[in-house]
Amino acid sequence: MSYSVTDPSLRQKWGAGILVITYALITLLPLVWIVATGFKSPADSIAYPPKIVFQPSLEGYVNLFTTQTRASEETLKALGEPTTWYDKIVRAKNMMIAGPSRFPERFFNSVIIGFGSTFFAIVLGTAAAYAFSRFRVPLKDDLLFFILSTRMMPPIAVAIPIFLMFRHLGLSDTHAGMILLYTAVNLSLSVWLINGFIDEIPIEYEEAALIDGYTRFQAFYKVVLPQAATGIASTAIFCLIFAWNEYAFAVLLTSGNAQTAPPFIPTIIGVGGQDWPAVAAGATLFLLPVMIFTILLRKHLLRGITFGAVRK
Amino acid sequence: MAQIRIENVRKDFGAFNAVKSSTFTVEDGEFFMLLGPSGCGKTTTLRMMAGLELPTSGEIYIDGGEVGMKPASQRDIAFVFQMFALYPHMNVGKNISYPLYSQGMAKADVKKKVDEVAEILGIQDILNKPVGGLSGGDRQRVALGRAIVRSPKAFLMDEPLGALDAEFREHMSEELRALHDRMGATTVYVTHDQLEAMQMGDKIVVMNHGVVEQFGVPQEIYDWPATKFVANFIGSPSMNFLDFGGMVGVGTHSVALNGVKVEVPAMREGAKGPLSVGVRPEHIHFSDDAEYRGRVVASEYLGTTQIVTLATANGEVKARIPANVSVRTDETIGLKFDERTLTVFEGAKGTALRSVTNEKVLAHG
Repeated sequence: MSYSVTDPSLRQKWGAGILVITYALITLLPLVWIVATGFKSPADSIAYPPKIVFQPSLEGYVNLFTTQTRASEETLKALGEPTTWYDKIVRAKNMMIAGPSRFPERFFNSVIIGFGSTFFAIVLGTAAAYAFSRFRVPLKDDLLFFILSTRMMPPIAVAIPIFLMFRHLGLSDTHAGMILLYTAVNLSLSVWLINGFIDEIPIEYEEAALIDGYTRFQAFYKVVLPQAATGIASTAIFCLIFAWNEYAFAVLLTSGNAQTAPPFIPTIIGVGGQDWPAVAAGATLFLLPVMIFTILLRKHLLRGITFGAVRK
Repeated sequence: MAQIRIENVRKDFGAFNAVKSSTFTVEDGEFFMLLGPSGCGKTTTLRMMAGLELPTSGEIYIDGGEVGMKPASQRDIAFVFQMFALYPHMNVGKNISYPLYSQGMAKADVKKKVDEVAEILGIQDILNKPVGGLSGGDRQRVALGRAIVRSPKAFLMDEPLGALDAEFREHMSEELRALHDRMGATTVYVTHDQLEAMQMGDKIVVMNHGVVEQFGVPQEIYDWPATKFVANFIGSPSMNFLDFGGMVGVGTHSVALNGVKVEVPAMREGAKGPLSVGVRPEHIHFSDDAEYRGRVVASEYLGTTQIVTLATANGEVKARIPANVSVRTDETIGLKFDERTLTVFEGAKGTALRSVTNEKVLAHG
């Protein structure tokens, strides 16, 4: 039995535990459902009442990565026995594989555009934030407010001007255009967050480095950057999540060449009936990079959120 | 090691004038104190020597070379910060070796040098520890280690003991002074603590509102303050001022305080209007046959001495007398002043008038 004032009582611990578990279940349920649907057969995926226990199948993943055509019996016979496991799955429904799908390409586009724009938002944001934090910038407060104000309306509100500008500049449906757009949207967030983190670092560390014979730039990357790493990492996660999940601009501005995964995945539905397992498989794979990135930076993220809350 | 010369240095921050045209010299190997209340410009002056601020005008010479506009990294000086500013992402050894790597020193030499410094400071056993968990004293030692490892031309210290608790301060100030004597390095030390300044310094500059009020060895400044501000700031309790109106001329030998003739050192300059006689508490003695009298208001017992507060016709005075003299509140006592130690101040500007006793000191201040 604990008699400490600050230690929670057993009842409080149980209460907190139940609350956290309930919350986790509510948030995890859709994810679990998507992952499970990816491994169902199309029939199981639309069964009513929904099937909790089912025979796992890779059909959804095969459908995601291939394009298929219906073939006559003669054609199928002429092809001979299916040799690979995915061939067998496709042949079982009297179809044949016509070729690979465009999913890997779209996925790769998402990786380039998501990580590329995050990289630029962080590099430019760190540079700007350092300048705002350390130098006497004329109209500093007004500039910072202006930067923040770019986030005060939903970015999609300027979709039409951007669409026209991109078409005029030849940026429509290009990787560079999408990276530029997402960087621009994320920049205000990264400038503000990183500015806060750098403000928390006492200027004496840099002054000490200057005295120790280093240039200002050396002091910046050898002394300031390692200490701001926590904040920069958490900012990077926020930027990546936005760029990775962005749908509206991706639909509007990309089609053939630079299309990212979010607008592509729904198009799977249209091919030969509602293929929910393929959609779910695509969504599952789409979740992975952000999950891995977040788990890798998890320690930083937690420290980043509470950064500056307690003065040392 | 080197001499540091400050010539007509001035610093403005926008419309605010932080340091008004200041001139003084720190001699080679001196332990030099910059003393003053907060906001007096002492830290700004130090930062200008270091290259962390650039002077608005004037020249700064280190070792004969003009460095006023040079960046800190090219001045070859070391700086000890009040909060130490140890790099939090490096361990103790790395912190100390950091200034050496900027010079491109070989790894083996760096290690030798760091070990050498660690031995001087007695911190060999914590070289591999992170700086986060260190006690205040050890942080201070690491900060000093980082400063001395490079054998710079001068050490600049910004209230280095300010972050330590009182007990440890005493110890550290002795350690610091011993380290200075051992290395013979030119040191400029900023403090607002007049006791610390007098204890440790070879020479003191007293600053106020961006102006150098006086500059000299501690005893001269204590005995012969150039201004009322210095007289007030140095010494605890501070110097007493007995205000009176009238005039003194060259050769005047005494002043009249409330009709009582009080002898002062022969004046070498005259003034008229509001004036004050300055007297240190320890230079007031009780004597029944003295004509000048004061009424006891309070007394504070300090062990070997006591501070007695008296009301006089020219204002309140504090006297430091042996603890065994018994005084009663409301008792009226005759006061005698040591004639040789008195200073007459001009009332409005507060500058000390030159006399036979202080003219030598004031001539170079």
